[in-house]
Amino acid sequence: MFEFNYLQAKSLSEAATFVAAHPDAKLLAGGMTLLPTLKQRLAQPSHLVDIGGLPELRGIEVKDGKLALGAATRHHEVAASAVVRQALPALAYLAEQIGDPQVRNRGTIGGSVANNDPAADYPAAVLALGATIVTTRREIAADDFFQGLFSTALKDGEIVVRLLFPLPQRAAYVKFPHPASGYAMTGVFVATTKTSIRVAVTGAGPGVFRWSAAESALAKKLDPSALDGLAVNAADMNEDFHATREYRANLVKVMAKRAVQKLLAS
Amino acid sequence: MTKIELTVNGKQYSREVEGRTLLVDLIRDQLGLTGTHVGCDTSQCGCCTVHVNGRAIKSCTMLAVQANGAEVVTIEGMAQNGKLHPVQQAFTDCHALQCGFCTPGMIMAVAALLKDNPHPSDEEIYHGLEGNLCRCTGYINIVKAVKQAAQTAR
Repeated sequence: MFEFNYLQAKSLSEAATFVAAHPDAKLLAGGMTLLPTLKQRLAQPSHLVDIGGLPELRGIEVKDGKLALGAATRHHEVAASAVVRQALPALAYLAEQIGDPQVRNRGTIGGSVANNDPAADYPAAVLALGATIVTTRREIAADDFFQGLFSTALKDGEIVVRLLFPLPQRAAYVKFPHPASGYAMTGVFVATTKTSIRVAVTGAGPGVFRWSAAESALAKKLDPSALDGLAVNAADMNEDFHATREYRANLVKVMAKRAVQKLLAS
Repeated sequence: MTKIELTVNGKQYSREVEGRTLLVDLIRDQLGLTGTHVGCDTSQCGCCTVHVNGRAIKSCTMLAVQANGAEVVTIEGMAQNGKLHPVQQAFTDCHALQCGFCTPGMIMAVAALLKDNPHPSDEEIYHGLEGNLCRCTGYINIVKAVKQAAQTAR
């Protein structure tokens, strides 16, 4: 890595002030994406501001019909939490599928969401559940937050503090993991409320997206067969060493059907 | 340079490190505990697995400064008073290693798995060891060792 100055933030406001004053500083929480990036010399921050231990970024609680997760909550904590398993089991399940046990002991939900890796799992849940991203400056709706490849609505120096997930009626997540890396080649999160159904897809495109045609079809008939005549546009899917765009387009449909099946069984 | 203090295998250490010094490099180069290995250096293989404050982590993907004030256990800290830890004993009994390069990290991961889940099913064992790659054994004897260690700890 290139050398940098490391500081452990003593408070959220100290961290926010510091990163605002130092545009080349980067925030460090779990480090499961940032540290490998730095090891490959793909970034050269002047400072790393460690916010992973800040009490203001911790907490798991259900309040006013929403599950609130502090941004520095580790994946294994979400997966193991009795609160999450009771209120939003699909989210606990999703967290358990991220990476591997060692990665889950360090990685955080705030880091995952702020980074917006196209193959990350959490963005699918955030988008399908219509979550709110609470930052040091404002609250951002999920539909406005994800803006494409590694890109979010966060401004320079803005820090994710908490995620608020409205509790769905039912929800399910199904992922087709890459056999070696475990990243989602396609992951589909489906959630129903009294008035709506949302289908969010990760891993297949340049960023997480809602499959609107599937949502309309499922609103009429909540069954995997409702997706029979549908397809996502292969031209919009990622193509790489692991899979063609046609393969991913097909995976989206298969995983969406499985997610609906799983939701019905939940 | 930053001064950090940490406990490793029950012993307190104070060392100067750069911000970018990896925990695995502190452990191996500065503390001389070379049982922890660097395999892939890209957070996949798990050969670098140690316990930090009771949780299994990949020490090639953690900065030494992040371990300031922490309790670290490495493979050298598993045997107690000359007696092998049940997981180590099980690995020996079940021939769960060949070249041995992945073994320290594998043992640390298994010990952590059994702490969270003392009687894992086969599927739970496979899931629990997803962060550790072995090129020699095909994992069969490793799984046997996990089951034996689970029995022994009862």
